[in-house]
Amino acid sequence: MSSTSLTRPAGSAHGTRARTGTPVRVRTVVARLLGWSLLAGFGVAVLYPVLWMVLSGFKDNQEIFNQPWGLPGELRWENWARAWDLGVVRYFTNSVIVTSATIVATTLISAWAAYGMCRLRLPFGNGVALLVLGGLLLSPTVALIPLFRLLTSIGLFDTYWALIVLYTAFRVPFTIFLIRAYMIELPRSVDEAATIDGASSTQIFWRIILPMSRPILVSAALLQALFAWNEFAFALVFVSDDSLKTLPVGLMAMQSRLLTDWPVMLAGLSMAALPTIVLFLIGQRQFLRGLTEGVGK
Amino acid sequence: MTMLRRWRTWAWVLPAVVLLLVFVYYPIADNLRLSLFSWNAFSPEPRFVGLDNYAEAFGDPVFWRALGNNTAYAVVSLIFQGGLSLVLAALLEELVGRRMRGLLRTLYFIPAAMSITVVGVLFSFLYNPRYGLLNGALNGLGLGHLARAWLGEEGSAIWSVIAMSQWQSVGYTAVLFVVAIQRIPREYYEAAKVDGGGPVRTFFSITLPMVREMTTLVVILTISGAFLVFNEVMVMTAGGPDNSSQVLGTWLYRKAFMEDDMGYAATVATVIFVITFAIAAAQLAFSRRRRYDT
Repeated sequence: MSSTSLTRPAGSAHGTRARTGTPVRVRTVVARLLGWSLLAGFGVAVLYPVLWMVLSGFKDNQEIFNQPWGLPGELRWENWARAWDLGVVRYFTNSVIVTSATIVATTLISAWAAYGMCRLRLPFGNGVALLVLGGLLLSPTVALIPLFRLLTSIGLFDTYWALIVLYTAFRVPFTIFLIRAYMIELPRSVDEAATIDGASSTQIFWRIILPMSRPILVSAALLQALFAWNEFAFALVFVSDDSLKTLPVGLMAMQSRLLTDWPVMLAGLSMAALPTIVLFLIGQRQFLRGLTEGVGK
Repeated sequence: MTMLRRWRTWAWVLPAVVLLLVFVYYPIADNLRLSLFSWNAFSPEPRFVGLDNYAEAFGDPVFWRALGNNTAYAVVSLIFQGGLSLVLAALLEELVGRRMRGLLRTLYFIPAAMSITVVGVLFSFLYNPRYGLLNGALNGLGLGHLARAWLGEEGSAIWSVIAMSQWQSVGYTAVLFVVAIQRIPREYYEAAKVDGGGPVRTFFSITLPMVREMTTLVVILTISGAFLVFNEVMVMTAGGPDNSSQVLGTWLYRKAFMEDDMGYAATVATVIFVITFAIAAAQLAFSRRRRYDT
């Protein structure tokens, strides 16, 4: 920036723009107003359907069909209890089991691999990095049919294991890169000092590197939770027993059972959405770090 | 002996490597092979048919319709997630104070934290021809002639699904852009202010070029996402009515698991693979070129 621009009288920008007709002040105010209404309008568009879902979960059929825009006359918790009993409890439990298992497996396996790749001497380390990078590019949809054959032949079809193993396998590449980007920044001197003290690489990992990587492990776990809780395609194809279904697929089954009972269904949807929303609200910072690290590298 | 010791470090990467080879790489390779056979879940012996499945797919109007719908998905998503998201992010940074900004950012992200089934079923209620809010609102505004069975008519089904998808994703991409904008050094903006540049000019001369990397990424992710789309369509229309909202992913599913025409389905999967792999390769080439540039 030049000194002339610093000393330029405030009116000059004003003067050049004023030729177009409207004074800058007015134009700025109008622009700000437009900007704010876009932001607010989008906020309402996002929030309203979610609020409608939760509030409609308290209505009865009469209210929901005749006054869809109105508030519920009373808080009918019985809808929520009914949705819970009609299947949400089962699907919810299944989701919790599958999600927890894959969080542990994905985070651990990825942390091991990231440690091996960036802090130990690994024969053909570049090959491993390429394999992991390639894994990022391959998508689950393309693998549906061969996986169906594979899982059937090894007896994993229609079990929790099918989902746990696949959720882990398909998310390990992303999680490795996420954790590796963090581990690579940890000072080398830490490992060296520990080695001199006679620690093995196993001890260094569990006692030093893993605890130091805690922030990124939290991000990785949260992202895996969001992914596994909401995953649909694998859950649809590889689990057919209703008692093993996770929430996303279970809710579809519930919808075809309930048909016209909208309030109960909406209560069920709200309950299914709650855990990930709460998790996001609590761990927002870790979520965003994981997302932008993962996307940016 | 030393050789063995060196290889011991492989224990750390072995679980990941095995998982990837068995459950990610092998199936993709197997899919290419399977697309050359005619088979179904009950026929014990797949019959080699060469490229017959490909000929069948390329001669099938539903296949082209699905590909067209994927393309529509990509175009609309690019406009909303490349354009609108960036504008929202820039506005958030330019106009909104710190606390309020955090609040809006959180709010915008919420749909992305919800599962596709929740959002899909919720929107199928909103789109309901008799009781849905959308038609109710149109009638209330005197636009009753626009009201329709959004998911039940061939002309509107796929567009209604695409619209729902934008509702879910725009806030998410906006948050990504917010992070990218926050990484731009503040001095640039101060310099622009001193030079008398208005917010619109600042957006084009500073914000837009400085978030280029994120924009490229969002564009790539959006396009490949649009060709992989499955959940949204499956939950809301399952490809109907009359295959009008079919996309490659749901067409594959229908062929494989409803019509038991596995060879054809594997062929559709291969087409998806080729498209998304080409996009990913383009991204890699692009980011490598950039690395050499800087």
